[in-house]
Amino acid sequence: MSKTTKKKTTKRKTSKKKWTRVDGRKPDELRPIHIESGVIPNADGSAYIEMGRNKIIAGVYGPREMHPKRFSKPNMGILRCRYHMAPFSVDPRRSPAPSRRDKEISMVMTDAIEPALFLERYPRSVIDVFVEIIEADGGTRCASINAAAVALADAGIPMKDLVSSCASGKYEGNLILDLGDYEDKNGESDVPVAYLPKNDQVTLLQMEGIMTQDETEKCIELAIEGCKQIYEIQKEALKKKYGMVEATEETEEAPEEEEPVEEAEEE
Amino acid sequence: MSNNIVSRLKRKKIVDVVATGKRMDGRELLQYRDLEIKTNFLAKSEGSAEVKLGKTHVVVGVKIGIGHPFEDTPDAGVMMVNAEYTPVAHPTWEPGPPPKDAIELARVVDRGLRAAEIIDMSKLGLISGVKVQMIFVDLYVLNYDGNLIDACSAGALAALTTTEAPEYKVSKKGEIKKTDKTEKLKLRAHPLAVTVCKIGDSLIVDPTYDEEEVKDGRITITVDENGNLNAIQKRGPVGFTLDEIKKCINIASEKSAEIKAIALAGE
Amino acid sequence: MSVKFETRDIVVPGDLLYEGRIRTGENTFRSEGNVYSNKVGLVNYSKDRVSVIALEGTYTPLVGDLVVGMVSDIELGQWVVDISTSVNAILTMPDAINKSFRTNFDMTRVLDVGDVVVAKIVDLDRRRTPILSILGRDLGKVHEGFIMKITPSKIPRLIGKKGSMINMILRGTRCQITIGQNGKILINGRNREDEELVVKVIHKIETEAHTSGLTNRIQEYLRTIKEDRN
Repeated sequence: MSKTTKKKTTKRKTSKKKWTRVDGRKPDELRPIHIESGVIPNADGSAYIEMGRNKIIAGVYGPREMHPKRFSKPNMGILRCRYHMAPFSVDPRRSPAPSRRDKEISMVMTDAIEPALFLERYPRSVIDVFVEIIEADGGTRCASINAAAVALADAGIPMKDLVSSCASGKYEGNLILDLGDYEDKNGESDVPVAYLPKNDQVTLLQMEGIMTQDETEKCIELAIEGCKQIYEIQKEALKKKYGMVEATEETEEAPEEEEPVEEAEEE
Repeated sequence: MSNNIVSRLKRKKIVDVVATGKRMDGRELLQYRDLEIKTNFLAKSEGSAEVKLGKTHVVVGVKIGIGHPFEDTPDAGVMMVNAEYTPVAHPTWEPGPPPKDAIELARVVDRGLRAAEIIDMSKLGLISGVKVQMIFVDLYVLNYDGNLIDACSAGALAALTTTEAPEYKVSKKGEIKKTDKTEKLKLRAHPLAVTVCKIGDSLIVDPTYDEEEVKDGRITITVDENGNLNAIQKRGPVGFTLDEIKKCINIASEKSAEIKAIALAGE
Repeated sequence: MSVKFETRDIVVPGDLLYEGRIRTGENTFRSEGNVYSNKVGLVNYSKDRVSVIALEGTYTPLVGDLVVGMVSDIELGQWVVDISTSVNAILTMPDAINKSFRTNFDMTRVLDVGDVVVAKIVDLDRRRTPILSILGRDLGKVHEGFIMKITPSKIPRLIGKKGSMINMILRGTRCQITIGQNGKILINGRNREDEELVVKVIHKIETEAHTSGLTNRIQEYLRTIKEDRN
């Protein structure tokens, strides 16, 4: 990816008069996000995310037996993420064979998500997270992590917290949140971040471009604020799957007829 | 998941139920599952279709680019069909090079389109012997519940009929430029594949994954809008009698008209 | 100390359930003195304990569980059984036919690859591999019927309080139903109509497992479908 490095100094004054983003968003505004869980019937858990014009599907299989066996760990489970782009997700078409970029993203995704799991509970097993980019629009790795976290929760895999992710960066001298495709390709820098809100920990951090130390720190703070908003959207998405049945429920029946489920035991 | 061992119980039950003229999901033998096709839903592809056939879920992307012609046809464009078995689509599918079935899927769909001469390739030349237009049709499987050939064939047809092809200009110096103008891709035929499966003594269409697992064999027949056959592919370690083959062709002709109406609805 | 939700609210991983000291029930964990959920589920507060009833989840084998599985391999003196969990289960000859291992014995005569069995988990070995037994009433190789899969976490709901739900379905459909704790349900009816009805009812229970008043609604559902048929 070619980044223009035209701005060496950051004089905000010149651009002070009504600077606007290419898509008209405020500097700290996220793109519209839509998340749906349970979209792949075959998978143990799955999620679909639209983040701007990114269209991404994530599916989870496992915990299941690890193949080949020699890669398994006797004392804990393994998380295996695979980030993959559809040939038609970008312009021009790309080869379906995984690129070096895909492999690196798969690795940092795994690192971003693993702290949220209790892998010690699954010795000799693997949890597979497969992410397919149907259409790319800048910030695919962040959107992928958001979808993967929802898919893992949808699979009923125990988690300490959801993982939320979004990027920030610098474009035309301004620090902005959640870069779109154009801003990503033509901006000065790009900082993808993933965040565990409950523990206040950053689990993915990358940076590419030119920024001062101060700007970089501000970017990370900005991205964390974005992650916190996404966290709420992820929670909503998980609850929405059950919300619809419940809503029709209340009009039909009085809640007194409750039947505590935990008392249900096997025969 | 075990290595494709079919449960004996499953085989017996499905064969028994099909023998009574019914299916496990309550369908008639020659009844398709609900077919939903959404076209033109990806901005970065010149043509696209999302196909949901029951729980089988496929995305087809059509991309147009520039490439080299084959030596024997210096002025003809090139069409390539590629199928991707994404590991998210089924618990037994793994990342890696395409399995044999994926190659067959792409080739059967490709043969249908090519044999019907769906696109006039001679119109896609740019600089004789050097540059021609390339049409990539990518079949991307997201959830596998049987009958991929029919789903992909319908998706490819739907995506191609709604493809907006860019216009290219060749300057005197031999530079090729993509103009902003687009034109609907001209199709000369509308071929569509229908797969008929043999289970015991019965013939069925649109098999689910379970039915495909226990089937004896299958015949895929591609039929155009005039009722001409464009391609046939027989698979499975059993023989078909001539009578059975004739029955399959009749079924395919009838069903292809039915499915085509849905595939071409977006035209 | 405070309660953050109401009993039966839907919670997701990371949701703070309780601030302060309280016993942690299933699908919850303690962090820095507070209690959080680790699954998508319905929260349940009792006097001294907070727990989450999971709505999604894979199967974790426990001793005593009844499971439905398929023989996926035959090894020296033992069958390998796929019971849809993270590791395959083992069925040894003593636990299958009450005889010790002999080299000249044709094991496929008892169970062959592809055969479906109903088994009980009698032990978990040192590496947590489930050890099965098919000695006992209603256990062993299955000859008739078909298997339906549901999310294992919804099995308790399908069985109901003291078996109320499953007994109602049994009475309403006259099918034989064997519920594997691993989410595999073996169904065998006298006719296809009854079997289709069971599938519909179980599917409804699975999708509405988190709602209240389900038993009554299923009763009503069974009644209306049967009226339609008559």
